[in-house]
Order: sequence, then C-alpha cells, then structure tokens
Amino acid sequence: MPKSAAALLDERSLELRRTIVRMLAAGKRGHLGAAFSLVEILRVLYDDILRYRPQEPRWAGRDRFILSKGHGCLALYPLLAEKGFFPTEELWKFCKSDGLLGGHPEHRTPGVEASTGSLGHGLSIGIGFALNARYEKADHRVFVVIGDGESNEGSVWEAALSAGKHRLSNLTVIVDYNKHQSYGAVAEVQELEPLADKWESFGFAVTQVDGHDVEALRQTFSRVPLNPTKPSTIICHTIKGKGVSFAENNMQWHHKSGIKDEEIQALLHALGTH
Amino acid sequence: MRKTCLDMVYELAQQDERIFFIGSDLGVGVLKQFKEEIPERFLMEGVSEANIIGVAAGLALEGKIPYINTIATFLTRRCFEQVVIDLCLHRANVRLIGSGGGLVYAPLGPTHLAVEDLAILRAVPNMTVIAPADAEEMRRLMPQTVDYPGPIYIRLAKGYDPVVSRADLPFEIGKAIQMREGADALLVTTGICLQVALEAADQLAKQALEVTVLHVHTIKPLDTTALLECAAKVPVVVAVEEHSVIGGLGSAVAEVFAEADLDSIKRFRRIGIADRFAEEYGSQNSLMAHYGITAERVVDVVQELGKSFKLRCGLG
Repeated sequence: MPKSAAALLDERSLELRRTIVRMLAAGKRGHLGAAFSLVEILRVLYDDILRYRPQEPRWAGRDRFILSKGHGCLALYPLLAEKGFFPTEELWKFCKSDGLLGGHPEHRTPGVEASTGSLGHGLSIGIGFALNARYEKADHRVFVVIGDGESNEGSVWEAALSAGKHRLSNLTVIVDYNKHQSYGAVAEVQELEPLADKWESFGFAVTQVDGHDVEALRQTFSRVPLNPTKPSTIICHTIKGKGVSFAENNMQWHHKSGIKDEEIQALLHALGTH
Repeated sequence: MRKTCLDMVYELAQQDERIFFIGSDLGVGVLKQFKEEIPERFLMEGVSEANIIGVAAGLALEGKIPYINTIATFLTRRCFEQVVIDLCLHRANVRLIGSGGGLVYAPLGPTHLAVEDLAILRAVPNMTVIAPADAEEMRRLMPQTVDYPGPIYIRLAKGYDPVVSRADLPFEIGKAIQMREGADALLVTTGICLQVALEAADQLAKQALEVTVLHVHTIKPLDTTALLECAAKVPVVVAVEEHSVIGGLGSAVAEVFAEADLDSIKRFRRIGIADRFAEEYGSQNSLMAHYGITAERVVDVVQELGKSFKLRCGLG
C-alpha cells in the first residue's frame, strides 16, 4: 500500500499543518495549498536560521524576513505565534473583524516587516533593507520568499536586475516553486523554465533543494551567501497542498472560501487527528 | 524649480545622513556633486520605477528619507500600485519629485503629460500632495519635507517660471496662502496657475472687480478652513489648475462646497484640462491656451458668473 502524503512528514510539520487547518476553520477561508507548500521553508527559517527577538520585534539586529507571496501567510502566523510575537488566541480570529491576522500579512502585525499580498512587491522592499544594512555596515541579513506565480510579475525582474547590480550578498531570495498557480500548472499558464538559469543570468548565485526536506533546507539556508559577492537564490521544489493527498496539486485548494465542516474534518483526519 | 528642488536635496543631504537620492535614468550629470561627495546615498536605478518605489520604501522603513526624482507620469501612474502599497500603506517617509507636472512636456505628447497626477494621488490615504508655484516657494518648502510624516508628492513645473510667490507670507505644508483679497470673487489655484490667477486678478481690478486669490500649494491635506473662510465672503468661486478637471483641485473644492451647508448661494466653475487626451503638441503655454487655462478666460468666467449671480439675486 502506498504511504499517505502525511506519512512523509514529521510530527512538527504535521502539527503546523493541523494548526493551519484550524485557522482555516476559524476564518472559513484561506489559501491552503500555497501555505502547505511553504511549511518546511518557514519552519526551518524560524527554528534554525533567522535572528529575531519576539519581545522586541523591531530590534535593529534582527534578520529581515518578507513573505512576498503574502497569500501563504497561513503558514507564517502559527510560527510567529509559537515564537511569541503575538498571543496564540489570535490564530483563531483569522480574517475576523476583531482579529489581528488577515488573509495577507500586514506591517502592523508584530514580526511582519512589510504588507504583502499584491504580488511582486516584497523583493524590492527587501533590496531597500539590504542596501540599508550595507550602508549601516550591519551584519543582519534579508530573506524574501517569493512564489512561482508571483514570478510572472515584471517587478520581480526589475528587482532582480537591481539586486544583481548592487551585488547584495546579504539578500537571499527563496522561491517556493510548487509548479502551480491559481488557474493551473505554471508550465501551462506562464512557463518559468529555465528558472535557475534566469536567476543566474541576473547575477545571483543559485542552488536548488527539496523544499520539504527539513535537513536539506537547514543545510542550504545555512550556506548563504552562496557566493560572497552575489545575492543568493534558493529554488525550493515544493508541492502545492503538501501533506494531504486529496489537496496535493489540486487547484480546488489554491484558495477556498465557505469551507465546510466535513472538509475540515477530512483535512485533520488526513493529517493524523482522529 | 527642478534645479532648486534637486539642489536643495543635495544641501539637505549634506546636513542629514538619513537623506538618500534615487533617480531612474536621469539626464547625464544630474546631481553630480551629490554623487561625487555622498556616493553611498546616491542611487541611479534605471528605468524601473516599480522597483525604485519598493527600494525606497525599504530604506524608509529602516529610518531613511529617500527623495526620488523622475518624470511625473512615470513616478505616479506607471508605478501607482507601488506608491499605494509600498509607500502609503506603510506610511513610508519617501518624497516623490515629479518632473514636468501638467502640460510641461507638451512637445512629447500624451504619454508624458501628467494631467491626472493630483487626482490619483489625492485618492490615497496618507499621501501628501504639493504643487509649489515657483522656485522661491520650492526653497521654502523643501526643508519642511524632511521630517513631515508619510509620503509626499512634489509636483515640479517647467523651470525658470516667473516668481510670483511671496517671501513675506509664511509657508507651511497644508496651509493655503491668501495672496490677495477682494469681495467680488475667489480664485482658488495651485502650482504655476498662481501666475494665471494673479494676472486675472490684475485685469479684473482694472474693471473694478476685486478678487481674493487663494494659493493652495498643498492639495492634500486640503486647507478647508482657509477655503471656506475665503469663500464665505464672495458670490463667485473659480478654481484654476493645470490638471484634469476630474479629481484635482477643482474637484476637491467642489467636494468641500457640496458638503459645507453653505448659507449663501454661490456660482462655481472649474478651469482646467478637459477630459480628453491632448490632440496637439506645441508648448506648455500653447496647450494651456488650447485648454483655456489663461488669465483672459478666468476674467471672462468671473464676469459671466458675476452677472449670473446678480440676475439670480434680482440685482441685474
């Protein structure tokens, strides 16, 4: 019998996904597929890579992290809550009028550097952060997660030209390459290949990794800058909806609204809650 | 005006290490001294306005004060979403210096005419919108832009415009300046159209009509107090601007009047750019004349409205 999608994930990854599903249940809506492809990337960043002080969110020495594919925020909020940026109770008020957390990250939320959601904005803001760090001779770093659908935006490539020109070795672009955008497969909607070659040609040092392999992500993220005189791009090969067989690569789960209780139960069941 | 503005960015940057300059792909030699003396705060980022706005937002969120200069159309409508989200939503202290506001680039055609810049920027929360009248007013404005909170759009005119602003009247962002007082009409204006309004006022005075001229250099936030105080004393109000009649100063004034529960009736007109793309080239002045943004037309409109008002009141 083939292993279920969930059997390939460890308990921490499963629990983060169950938290995402519970937020989805609370808000009755959300970008589940885009969040599930991000879980391991964000988990490794917040567990092992980024420097931050939850009680002092604007601490000058922190690494700057921007989730430029803001619609993946369901994967970010549980980590920010767990680390102590805001109370866990906020998770259960997702998208509600009295809640802190909406369907895209907002700058006013502790731990969120920039409001994103409209695609193609985060990398340019990250370049501003990186230029400032260089000007101030500060050693903090800038990490920007972008999506593959987001990479259709011309502004991403304007930013890539700029980061390459400035040789911003303190800047790392992480591509959540789940091969699916809203309408369908990236290869059919707007092909990005050869993606690694594109980033290299814009002046980045590039590597690729399995975006769900926690140890491989840890090792790869620990190696930046990949080249001491260039910005880095890490292309993470991921699966949209990763962890739930019926949601994986299923565009019905890119964004869901009016989610039914049965669907929530099915998701939780698939993730090991009985 | 552009030269004064950019010279002042350099002067201010010498005194304040938070100030950066970002250009797109400006003319060769622009701010040469800045680049030579403060290269670490001088950026020339190419024809990529969307990226430039985002980079500036990033710098501003880190406490810096970037001044960006490029052609007004490309700084406003080309990257409007970056202006809205990266600058206004984050209330980033970025200053946009738009070259060639209005009809300045008349010979270059409609792609380069910034005739809706005030309208689109006025619609966005947290944005401050300023159109100085001349280089001397620019000199008074620029120091105030350093610590003013949130993003600011500064509309530049052609350059070497006649100086009509007055050093003896205090300049403050958000406070309209009453340049002249008279009970027959109120001319509300902004930017270089202050010249047009003052000239019209002179011509009207020769016909024994005394008008108030209110120079609204800051279109947003609008000085509604000054506007309503001036309007209370006159039967006729005419807004004059080098901008589309939709959404600019004239619209802003109309919005205020419509909700002001005015006790007295008034006659009101907007003089500006009609709702159509420019059909001809020429010069800024020839296009202004084409659209009827001239002192002569202001005079005509004030006279007509004055007569109409008297008829309505049984005085004609």
